[in-house]
Parts: sequence; C-alpha cells; structure tokens
Amino acid sequence: MAKVDINSEMTGSIWKVLVEVGQSVSEGDIVILVEAMKMEIPVIAMEDGKVAEILVAEGDMVTDGDVVIRLEQ
Amino acid sequence: MKKVLIANRGEIACRIMRSAKQLGLSTVAVFSEADRHAKHVAMADEAVLIGESPASKSYLDHAAVLSAARTSGANAIHPGYGFLSESAAFADAVLKAGLIWVGPAPDTIRLMGDKETARATAARAGVPVMAGSRRFKPGDLGDIDSAARATGFPLLIKAAAGGGGIGMKQADAPEKLEALVIAVQEAAQKTFGNGDVYLERYLPKARHVEVQVFGWGDGTATHFFERDCSLQRRFQKVIEEAPAPGLPASVRQAMYDATLALCRATSYAGAGTVEFIVDAESFDFFFLEMNTRIQVEHVATEMITGVDLVAMQLRLAAGAASLDIQEAAPVAHGSAIECRLYAENPAKMFFPSPGRLETFDLPSETDRIRIETGYRQGDTVTPFYDPMIAKIVVHGESREQAISLALSVLEAVRVEGIVTNNTFLQACLRNKSFRQGDVHTRFIDENKPELLARMHHIALVD
Repeated sequence: MAKVDINSEMTGSIWKVLVEVGQSVSEGDIVILVEAMKMEIPVIAMEDGKVAEILVAEGDMVTDGDVVIRLEQ
Repeated sequence: MKKVLIANRGEIACRIMRSAKQLGLSTVAVFSEADRHAKHVAMADEAVLIGESPASKSYLDHAAVLSAARTSGANAIHPGYGFLSESAAFADAVLKAGLIWVGPAPDTIRLMGDKETARATAARAGVPVMAGSRRFKPGDLGDIDSAARATGFPLLIKAAAGGGGIGMKQADAPEKLEALVIAVQEAAQKTFGNGDVYLERYLPKARHVEVQVFGWGDGTATHFFERDCSLQRRFQKVIEEAPAPGLPASVRQAMYDATLALCRATSYAGAGTVEFIVDAESFDFFFLEMNTRIQVEHVATEMITGVDLVAMQLRLAAGAASLDIQEAAPVAHGSAIECRLYAENPAKMFFPSPGRLETFDLPSETDRIRIETGYRQGDTVTPFYDPMIAKIVVHGESREQAISLALSVLEAVRVEGIVTNNTFLQACLRNKSFRQGDVHTRFIDENKPELLARMHHIALVD
C-alpha cells in the first residue's frame, strides 16, 4: 500500500484533529485545523485515502512543511 | 503613580511606553519566551519574563503579570488592548493587590463586557439598540425558530461573551440555523468558556462607526468625534478613518449624544469607544458594543484632534483632575487614515505569514505621518500573536490628501522575508468606491476580485 503524507502549510499550533486512525478521507477534506496568529488554518487531504497515522496532538507546535498525517491508499 | 507595567506586547506596548516616558514614569515590560528580543522589551526601563510563548501561558496569565508587577515594584498596570484589557477579574485582582489599574472600574468592564447587559444598559440610557433575541445556552434551542423570525433574516449568531467577530456566524435562511447556532455555541464555549449565544439582525449594507470617548469618572464625559472602521475582512478591521466620510452632521451629533448618555449612565472613567452599526442608506444607527479600553485605531483620532489619549489615560489613573487633563473642548481638524499592515497573504485567503523580517524599512515619521510598530528589521513575526506588524496613520487637510499621503507612505514601505497585505491596502485606497467614501462592511468581500487584480498590478509595476 502506498503511503501519502499530508503536510501543514502553516507554522502554528494544532487546534483540532478532525479525523481518527482508520477513517477514510477524500481529496479536499479538512483533516486538521492549525491555529496561527489567531486564525484557524485548515490542513486539507490532497488525495483520497485511509488515515494510517496521526503524528500530532492538539496543542502541538508544527512548522511549515511538517507531516501531520499519513494516509495509506 | 511612578512606575507603570505594560501588560501587553508589540506596537501598543511601545506606544504606551512612549507616553509614559514623556510623563516621567518608569516603564516595565513583560514578555513571553517568543518575545525575548522584541522591541517593547528593549524599549522598557525594565522587563520581566512571564512565561511560555502561547498567550494563555504568558500575556493572559493573571498571576504571572501580577507577580511581575510585584518583583519590579510597579505601582500601576496599563493593559493596552486585547489580552487582559477587558478582563474584569484581572482588573479586580490589580486593585486588590493595591495597584493602580489604568482603565475603567472592573464593574464597568463587567457590565460592558457581556453583550446582553451592555445592550440593556445602552437601551436604558436611550441609545438605539438593534432588535435581538434572548440568550441561548448550549443545549437550549427552545424557541430559536420563532426568535429568528422575530429578529429577521439575514441574521448574525453572536457569542454573548465574544468580541472582535470571533465565532460569529451569519444565517441567511431558517434551514441551516440550528447547525450554525450549535457551531457558534461550541466555538464560544471553547474560546470564551461560555457558550451562550444570541441572534441579532444583520444589515445588508452597513457601516461600522464608533465614537471615541473619555469619561472623567464623575458622571461627565467628553467625546473625541468618530471613526469609520467599515473596511474589514473576516470581521477584522483593515482601514480606519476619522472622521467618517459622508455622515450627515445631525447623525454624527446624535451618535455623540448617545455615547455621552451611556458614559454618564455608567460614570465611565478613562478612554473608551462606543461602536455603532449604521445603515449605509438611511443612516439609522444601533449600539453594537462598548470597548472599555484604548483601541488599535485611537491614533486616527489623535491625529485629527491633536490629543494624546494614552497620556490622558495615565494622568486620569494617577488622579489628575479632568480640567488639568483637558482644558478645552476638542476640535477636529482634517482627515486621518489608518492602514493596518498585516503579516498575511491576501491572495491566499488572508492566511497568516509568519517569519523573519529580513527587510523592514519604514518611512520616517512627520507631523502628518505616524507609524506604530513593535517590530524592527531582523525581528521574527511568530505564529503566536496577532498578525498586525505596523499601523500606518496619516493626516491630511482633506480626505483626498490623506488617501494620497497614505498611498505614498505604503509605496515606500519595504518588507522582505514575509508576505504582507501592503499592496492590498493600496488597492483598497485606489478603489473608486472607497475614494468616493462609499465604504461599508462588505466592501472587501464585494470588491475582492477587483482588489486582488489591482493588487497584482501594483506588485507587477513595483
């Protein structure tokens, strides 16, 4: 099975994780909300897949480009 | 009052320190780990580390700020705007610690901080208020359908404890009402610790006009004219101006009278702002809220009146008499425009753009140009706080002159390392409707394609 990384495009803190391991997501789904500068920034699945791994927890800091979720296809 | 602690960061901390120093006061800055090397820390006579980078663990931590006051020997606290400025509990704690609170009485903050009691107080003082519903607690949707019909669509669902547009949602029709109400209740519970919401009528073409006021604490107050803050994105202000363009004199006067009536009713002490929503066609106006603090855009008022509102706050808190602070009634002169330079990308849904300010070159200040910033070249704009990196405020003899001057200042601003909304601000100022004074709260949304196209054109020419 192929693994696909989902990255945060924004430096900030994880405000909400909206998916669970094993859940299927479709391209365009919001999977995580990052909070930066008092704004919620959505992290979006760029491909269809099943959530294999969630690498962050609510409250964690992430940097632009960090992998936050791994999907398997 | 000898030594004042400024419980804030960024440009407002620097701006307060400037007035404090002019009054001969010593200044104490507080800072989080992210702000160790910030401008406001360097500017203060003393600085105290109060915690980790997230605001909840530093700038919002009552105990940490009070402890900083104790260790530094500060005998007064100025809260600035945002953070603890409208926390009645914090103001109470400051007074209980035997310190001077630079702001209105905690009970006034409490009264105006809750939208429902604020509206009731305003209505009792004879201030026009918008039709609105009762409060709905989380889990209680009871008669929401009939409340919505009574309010009328489109309507806004607002958090009772909210402010600054946070968590607010618009409902255009009954179908999605319940889901939206629940969403606002959940967001409000998380953000404010109180999930109560209420419904309020939404005017399709509205202006946001606010009156700057200063209460003397003895039941008298003085107004310092109005500002128009209609240009907003995501309910956050972008460009403000004083006076409000095209407002009939009788409407202005009625707004001043309403503001003063509210301040008399609350024996208001210090700087405050009464915000109104104004129907852009009929000029009917309604009370929105009262901000019991200094505001971001106070500088526009200072430029048309020549007063120093922050110095007035400090002097009143130190016990000066009203006549010593303000000798004569204020006079407004010319037109002032404030542009908020944000670390954000307008082309990408106004997403924030944190990073290092590799270049941060701002024009020099003059009698006509004020630039308030908490950043210097080489500083890092972190993701922890507000995206505003500078306020550019200009003063002209006329509105046209002020617009031209604002454009020339923005054109001279050089920022590298992060994306800013500079060219977007220029696009707004060049827009024909804006130049004609046709401003309203949906201006940015409705003109977005043109503004973005103009912005790209400005960037290309640049």
